Amino acid sequence: MGAELLRMSASELGAAIRTGETTSAAATEAYLDRIVEVDGEVHAFLHVDREAALEQARAVDARLAEGAEPGPLAGVPVAHKDVFTTKDMPTTAASKILEGWRPPYDATVTTRLREAGLVILGKTNMDEFAMGSSTENSAYGTTRNPWDLSRIPGGSSGGSSAAVAAYEAPLATGTDTGGSIRQPAAVCGLVGAKPTYGGSSRYGLIAFASSLDTPGPFARNVLDAAMLHEAFSGHDPRDSTSVDAPVPPVVEAARRADIEGLRVGVVKELDGEGYQPGVLRRFHETVELLEGLGAKVAEVSCPSFGAALAAYYLIAPSECSSNLARFDAMRYGLRVGDDGTRSAEEVMALTRAEGFGPEVKRRIILGTYALSSGYYDAYYGSAQQVRTLVKRDFDAAFGSVDVLVSPTTPTTAFPIGERADDPMAMYLADLCTIPSNLAGNAALSVPCGLAPEDGLPVGLQIMAPALADDRTYRVGAAVEAALARQNGSDLLSGSAFAV
Amino acid sequence: MLGLETHVELGTASKMFCSCSTVFGAKPNTQVCPVCLALPGSLPVANGAAVESAIRLGLMLNCSIASWCRFARKNYFYPDMPKNYQISQYDEPLCTDGYLDVAVETPDGPREFRVGIERVHMEEDTGKTSHVGGATGRIHGADYSIVDYNRAGIPLLEVVTKPIEHTGEFAPEAARAYVRELRDLVRSLGISDVRMEEGSLRCDVNVSLMPRGGTEWGTRSETKNVNSLRSVERAVRHEMERQAGLLDAGQRVVQETRHFQEASGTTVSGRSKEEAQDYRYFPDPDLVPVAPSAEWIEELRATLPEPPAAKRARLQAEWGLSDEELRDLVNAEATDLVAATVDAGAPSAEARKWWLNELSRRSTEAEISLSALAITPAQVARIIALVAEGTLTNKLARQVVDGVLNGEGTPDEVVDARGLKVVSDDSALGAAVDAAIADNPDAAEKVRSGKVAAAGALVGAVMKATRGQADAGRARELILERLGAG
Repeated sequence: MGAELLRMSASELGAAIRTGETTSAAATEAYLDRIVEVDGEVHAFLHVDREAALEQARAVDARLAEGAEPGPLAGVPVAHKDVFTTKDMPTTAASKILEGWRPPYDATVTTRLREAGLVILGKTNMDEFAMGSSTENSAYGTTRNPWDLSRIPGGSSGGSSAAVAAYEAPLATGTDTGGSIRQPAAVCGLVGAKPTYGGSSRYGLIAFASSLDTPGPFARNVLDAAMLHEAFSGHDPRDSTSVDAPVPPVVEAARRADIEGLRVGVVKELDGEGYQPGVLRRFHETVELLEGLGAKVAEVSCPSFGAALAAYYLIAPSECSSNLARFDAMRYGLRVGDDGTRSAEEVMALTRAEGFGPEVKRRIILGTYALSSGYYDAYYGSAQQVRTLVKRDFDAAFGSVDVLVSPTTPTTAFPIGERADDPMAMYLADLCTIPSNLAGNAALSVPCGLAPEDGLPVGLQIMAPALADDRTYRVGAAVEAALARQNGSDLLSGSAFAV
Repeated sequence: MLGLETHVELGTASKMFCSCSTVFGAKPNTQVCPVCLALPGSLPVANGAAVESAIRLGLMLNCSIASWCRFARKNYFYPDMPKNYQISQYDEPLCTDGYLDVAVETPDGPREFRVGIERVHMEEDTGKTSHVGGATGRIHGADYSIVDYNRAGIPLLEVVTKPIEHTGEFAPEAARAYVRELRDLVRSLGISDVRMEEGSLRCDVNVSLMPRGGTEWGTRSETKNVNSLRSVERAVRHEMERQAGLLDAGQRVVQETRHFQEASGTTVSGRSKEEAQDYRYFPDPDLVPVAPSAEWIEELRATLPEPPAAKRARLQAEWGLSDEELRDLVNAEATDLVAATVDAGAPSAEARKWWLNELSRRSTEAEISLSALAITPAQVARIIALVAEGTLTNKLARQVVDGVLNGEGTPDEVVDARGLKVVSDDSALGAAVDAAIADNPDAAEKVRSGKVAAAGALVGAVMKATRGQADAGRARELILERLGAG
């Protein structure tokens, strides 16, 4: 029974709970047992409170029994990235500086999960403050890729991707600042979406780079991702940058899955040199597949994408250098050296020196430098100009095509440790995903096969204009269905952690 | 050369970027939330009422209002700053390029100066730090410091003047006149209670000198947190004298921040600007741009109040005041109070008399401002009316003022409770009149023989006997009637 519950998609599980075929408590227990079974190896979670999760599940069961209709995912368990504040659980952003911090308030995404009746299993591991592409920057240990435990699960939302890939949760939340949902989804063989910037609320999301951070869903299939997307997205008056518009019809699009006549652009600049051959092979096959499904495929040039990575690594660190200034030992979190002899300034410095990891410090220093008087125009200023150019490239491209596609990542999951000492190599993992963060448009990664040379998952990235998130789901669902027909099984069934 | 930066704390119900209350004087750290404490994950949302206040002030100061501008982060570490950056505006202020005309009294008569307004921008206040122990009351050397975040996030408008160059020796008076005019203007808008003593209006004063016959201004000093009109004048005067002394002695003026010492009227050196902080300003990505529509701006312009200077000119004409009388009114900070009293029905001469004499004396005794007295213009108007209709004598009216200031209620309630009504009841008064005539036969005889003026002594006796509560006019009538002189 346990494995059967785990194998169900989130939408199936939600339906089964609603019809009384099973209960949220049973499903939650099955997942909690699975966590006990495998998380020692995977290390996807930073915090799991079995009793609290079961209590939530029983409360949802009771609500459903009383006739409440919280939504199609009511009773379905979810893993929650540890970057969202949760009143009943510690929230650390995988940093030592917030070890043990219990927020007095729920993030808007957290509140909406609860309102939709989702059961939060626990908080997932990540790169410290979402800075990284491998979870190796977590202060609490690296998460491992369920496809190959010696490899990274992607990052920064690597705990969430690993949890879903290892069947420790049917769904997970993540945040995507430069690719932190799409890249881990791709390397773990999952669906992951970065909604339109402002389409999902940042309130209660511990900020890395405010103009880029976007909460989004992880799931094992496109429909489940769409359902989670719909559950927590939408306007939030507490986030000034939140878009006051209806959530795009993503669930409907995921069900529709038809792309006859859709114009698909292949981004010339995100194809070719520097990519793993197997990744390119699967990508090109998938483009042909789209054509076979009736899409009109054309090559599109986005010349500014070449400068996007550099611009991102000025803008994101600049914002983070300011966003992370609040971690000063005065009001919450770690406090070092407060022995009555030291000044407030010294305690702040000692705390930050000890509380932040090396990648966080690197980015704070980079950003502080980029914003400094005399350097601002050359660095932050120029980066903003590149950002404008990237937006223009997208605008021009979307004038002639409905969606753009590219590989999600240049390579499949790389071995743990391989890039840990080479930040530049690590930053390249986000090469294809960053443009959509700079422009704020919608993007989604869907599995498109395994690379022949290493048998690891490859992701197809689908990009659509802002507030046209539904198009990414429509194309994703079409690819997913066509590949399942072609292969006779879903991709994850080939994973070492398949149930 | 003068330059003033004035911070006006807005009287909005909630803070600049969250919904916390802004009421002054609450228990420390009770008006706080995740946003103004900068808890991880929290986000600011701009207060629309504060933006509206900023636009209205900008319009009153003849500024251009930006059709699109952004908030910026000013980054620096300090324990009273929860985020370790202040949300302010940097190179895109909401209001720019205005002016305010101010008048200064000189031995040669009034002189008017036009003070250019560089900008008005929005920002948030910091928390309030108290340093305990140590000799200086400053953070260095203190045993420990405590922070109250109730003030963190209170909306502020910063009004920055352009360099004010032609005030010469009248710079101290001009500075004071400018701050007073600005304060009155803010008050007329009703966007702040502008109580300098509570810190809701604070000034930074920049001063630099040019040698006589020179062409270039010298190094400027910036004196922080000068918090009364008198202090503004004194701080400028002191800085002029101090810098002149240095220059005369062949020394140089250091560019620095200075602190005003209320007790001595002098300024002392703070941190040197030569090791200037780099605030790393950049547009705040958490906040969408402020983009007031032209229609909204015009709507706000249409509802602006009468500017204080125009109002003064109008009242002077309406009330028939000499320049001197108007100046007395202005110096006593009584103009608006008198106007409100007149609006409540009192004759302007009476209203002026009460506020400038009796009530000014009370405020001086209590060492509070006239407007802080616990009596409203409407109540003063009521007292004036009671005197006019004969219910009170002036002497009784002063007792009513005592009662109102004492918290005993409205003027009518005080009259009732204290039994202060004038005795005009003929039977009660008649007895007093008869007694006065009997007790003062000489005076009575004079009146009988036609010397009506002698009735005054008898009226006085009646008033004495009734402890001032008698209606003197009626008493006189009765006396004349009884003595056949009516």
